[in-house]
Amino acid sequence: MPISSPYRPLLVLLLAGFLAALISVSIGSTAIGFGDTLRVITGSGTELQQTLILELRLPRTLSAFATGGLLAVAGALMQVLLRNPLADPYVLGLSGGAAVGALLAMLAGVGGFLVSGSAFAGAMLATLLVFGLAHGSGSWTPSRLLLTGVVVAAGWGAIITLILSMTPASRLPGMLHWLMGDLSHAATPWPGLMILVLVCLMVFPLGRALNVLARGSLQAAALGVSVRPLEWSIYLMASLLTATAVTMAGSVGFVGLVVPHMLRLVLGNDQRLILPACALAGGTLLVLADTLARVVIAPEQLPVGVITALIGVPTFLYLLYRSR
Amino acid sequence: MTRLTTEALIIDIPGRASGVPLNLAIEPGQVWGVLGPNGVGKTTLLHTLAGLRAPRSGQLLLDETPLHDIRRKTVSQQMGLVFQDRQDGFPATALETALIGRHPWLSPWQMESGEDLAIAERALEALDVIHLKDRLVNTLSGGERQRVAIATLMTQSPEIWLLDEPTNHLDLQHQTAVMKLLRQQAACDRAVFMCLHDLNLAARWCDQILLLYPDGQACWGPARDMLVTSALESLFGQRLLSAELDGFPVFVPG
Repeated sequence: MPISSPYRPLLVLLLAGFLAALISVSIGSTAIGFGDTLRVITGSGTELQQTLILELRLPRTLSAFATGGLLAVAGALMQVLLRNPLADPYVLGLSGGAAVGALLAMLAGVGGFLVSGSAFAGAMLATLLVFGLAHGSGSWTPSRLLLTGVVVAAGWGAIITLILSMTPASRLPGMLHWLMGDLSHAATPWPGLMILVLVCLMVFPLGRALNVLARGSLQAAALGVSVRPLEWSIYLMASLLTATAVTMAGSVGFVGLVVPHMLRLVLGNDQRLILPACALAGGTLLVLADTLARVVIAPEQLPVGVITALIGVPTFLYLLYRSR
Repeated sequence: MTRLTTEALIIDIPGRASGVPLNLAIEPGQVWGVLGPNGVGKTTLLHTLAGLRAPRSGQLLLDETPLHDIRRKTVSQQMGLVFQDRQDGFPATALETALIGRHPWLSPWQMESGEDLAIAERALEALDVIHLKDRLVNTLSGGERQRVAIATLMTQSPEIWLLDEPTNHLDLQHQTAVMKLLRQQAACDRAVFMCLHDLNLAARWCDQILLLYPDGQACWGPARDMLVTSALESLFGQRLLSAELDGFPVFVPG
């Protein structure tokens, strides 16, 4: 793992991500050849192609990449935190909190930026709620954190149903699209991409400590890791990543669960490799899923969360079935 | 050379009276064995000595410095612990597992070097698990995993070795091999402090013994003074027969 050209998989994934992005910006109501696409990216091409690619398709593709990358990295971090390879960024109720925030904003009739802001606030509130409750009296253990998160998530689910049942029918489609994960309203990809790159850089010095933490908190402490501060920072980092992703695209499920799990099967469990690999593979997966979501029943669009769930559920069940 | 001393140490076992405060001096070159029935606090004592658990009262000194004043990373360069049970939530190979022992010695920005790898491989070889280095730890047998765990401690190479029942799951041959290895470490001026259940291993390999009683009483000293049949009978509540073989006492249930 730390030996013999560990970065080759990252190069392969980077290439895959680039190809996926190329396909994504080329396909659509007006197909553009790969050659033309490359010409537009290098600064030439017709004005129509420029507008279509740089202003309409590229921001959405980048948003998809950022969302997928953020969710996959958040999932990988949560899995180390909970010492459970089957944890997911949503399992602790983050998306539930974000959804309640977003739906309340939609119910109040505001749009755009306020919905995103409200979703972000909801996700962070959910984070603090779960952490505070799991902390409670005495120490928190991974299993206690997990249980608290699952129960709180169920509570958010009930509130979401309540909001939906009180909403006039005319506003329901927007809400449902948000709940299923939808990139068509993503405002700008840049904050998400920047956070993704920042976290990947931070992960390098933290990576070995994360590897040790994956062996249990006592073992990590015996090897000189300051366990509590490290766990706090992983939790906050994963929450921030998830909140950013949910704010951009609503709840897109399974990326955070399936991507780290599959990469671990192939690349082993060195976090210094797995986390950047998750960023690239998660991004690539969501770019492809979003491309599918745009073209399957064009000109109508599917919510991208439906595609990831349709891919994710069988993949995950298969992995679970195959594992001991 | 590092020495661990406890001053009026009382370990924190909920719901139990404080009992006798421990004033131990664990010196380089010594091999300590801790004996006592189940639930008496042997593991709690080890975790407390390693600084992973706060004592009820008293303090721990690493050389002359209170343990809680020393950075965790520095402590882990001086003192390491083999746990009784381990978490293998994520699959990892035996070599990767041993290699995490290098963590205290590397800065956050450093990758493991070829030298670190060589240290880990030497440790796996010393524990006779080098042929399993690329196997996933969760596919190994209990005894093999135990040896990988000891190899991790050896890779960490601290001055003070704490071990919680290091011979758990080991066959006879490897029990002896591990005990020989621990004595070798002590001969290199390291201190070894371990919990044991096997009286005969303690009698054969330890030079200092700590007896922990369920009511919080404790006594400690050189092995030949502590391993007295009557004291051990009252410790375990079990009648014992003893004999001397090859210069070492041997105990069997009577």
